[in-house]
Amino acid sequence: MSLKDLINKTLSQWMKGTGPERDIVIGSRVRLARNLAGVPFPSIADDEHKAYVIKETKRALQATNGTLGRMEFIPLAEVPPLERQLLVEKHLISPAHTQNVKHKAVILRDDEAVSIMVNEEDHFRIQALFPGLALEEAWKLCSSVDDAFSEVLDFAYGERFGYLTACPTNVGTGMRASIMMHLPALTMTDQIRKMIGAVSRFGLAVRGIYGEGTEVLGNIYQLSNQITLGHSEEEIIQHLQKVTMQVLEQERAARQRVLAQDRLRLEDRIYRSYGILANARLLATHEAMQLLSDVRLGIDLGIVKGIEPRILQELMVMIRPAHLQKLMGQELDAPARDEKRAALIRERLRLAEKEGG
Amino acid sequence: MKKRGEAAVMCEACHKEPATVHVTRIVNDQKTELHLCAQCAKERGEIEMNVEPSFAFHNILAGFFEPETVVVSHPSRPAALRCSNCGLSLADYRRIGKLGCSQCYAQFERELEPLLKRIHRSVEHTGKRPKRLAGGRLDVRREIERLRRELQEAIAREAYEEAARLRDQIRSLEQGL
Repeated sequence: MSLKDLINKTLSQWMKGTGPERDIVIGSRVRLARNLAGVPFPSIADDEHKAYVIKETKRALQATNGTLGRMEFIPLAEVPPLERQLLVEKHLISPAHTQNVKHKAVILRDDEAVSIMVNEEDHFRIQALFPGLALEEAWKLCSSVDDAFSEVLDFAYGERFGYLTACPTNVGTGMRASIMMHLPALTMTDQIRKMIGAVSRFGLAVRGIYGEGTEVLGNIYQLSNQITLGHSEEEIIQHLQKVTMQVLEQERAARQRVLAQDRLRLEDRIYRSYGILANARLLATHEAMQLLSDVRLGIDLGIVKGIEPRILQELMVMIRPAHLQKLMGQELDAPARDEKRAALIRERLRLAEKEGG
Repeated sequence: MKKRGEAAVMCEACHKEPATVHVTRIVNDQKTELHLCAQCAKERGEIEMNVEPSFAFHNILAGFFEPETVVVSHPSRPAALRCSNCGLSLADYRRIGKLGCSQCYAQFERELEPLLKRIHRSVEHTGKRPKRLAGGRLDVRREIERLRRELQEAIAREAYEEAARLRDQIRSLEQGL
């Protein structure tokens, strides 16, 4: 299979580089936590309870009768560890969902825009992922999946506290909405810390690319709501949308400022990064992501030509350990991965040069 | 007032009885606590506390705290108290930070309330409800609440035409109740 075919096969819908505000916003995600009324939450549930949740899930999926698109039910115990990791790297399941996989499952829509984790922290975590700034669409899709399942399943809900979740930080709407953004100029000019401080006062949190407790790679940040109780889903989404628009404005202004103040230095940095990516023989994830971020900024500012912007989201997933090993068809230790990562990036850039220009 | 279970902390007023009333005060993220036995709490106005907690405790603690004191008080319940559905105890919950099942919310409501207020600044869900419950008076009330918030916002923005439209909408919904 050619690299191009392989990339196309790997791409989830959210990685396609389309959607509104695509120069900065990589993707939008909405996740709803739902549980079965009265059934112990997964953290304390025994095998029998967990098996019951799985059985109910299958029953509900069958009852939706294809109205939700082509959905596949995948028991994680039947998925090899490396393949589970692929799902994490594509943001379709959480890292925690790859551990102790007995009675854990994921439901995937064929375009991977919808994924449902079963028996994670809550019985169900319904997720919709869209490219670009598309919170409203993601919420609507998530909500329609929720509606379809709630026709069959008795979701835990109380009039006072709303949807009841394993952790009180999710109770109410059970909704976490997040925006994945590429913010190189705010990072470069060190305004990012001020931004993080400012948004936290609006009940929002900023995290690294794989969510809570993960590092920031390639200047990619996740902005999400913290408060889930007391506001409607629409209000939370509008609020997040408003703050996101302000962050975008700041990022764009910072890009123009950097460009105006010292264009030569910025160009130099971008071309150096491009040069390293196109020639290096060893690249660790962290370095590769930083360099890719520079090149992507160069593409967005019209400095680098002939490469599609989505190279960033393609490679941010493809150079991760599990994808790299899958691609090479073998297990690789860290030094071997650095070598293969550099080779993959070189090949990908050559492909871009051949096609673009 | 009856004592419920055992408390490890002694009353800070008489130092004789175990403390069963705990006053938690949060000002600028600084938390202070006062532990009293039932008798001392009663003598200090505990009866009023149930009606108007912040007012009563403001009197008790006058001279100690600033006027804008926030006081949350609740008689403590034994940590061994268990959810009758899943068996999770209050102590378990405090240790792992997660609840055992959806019933825990009703059974530990008293303990969860201050926590939820702290995390979410609210204890009332105003969002989506499962379809099977949709329609009916509660949805209308929710809609009215939502419109009221919009109205406040419109007034703050001095968008008076919009505010008038919202006011009429609220009125017509209220008449339907």
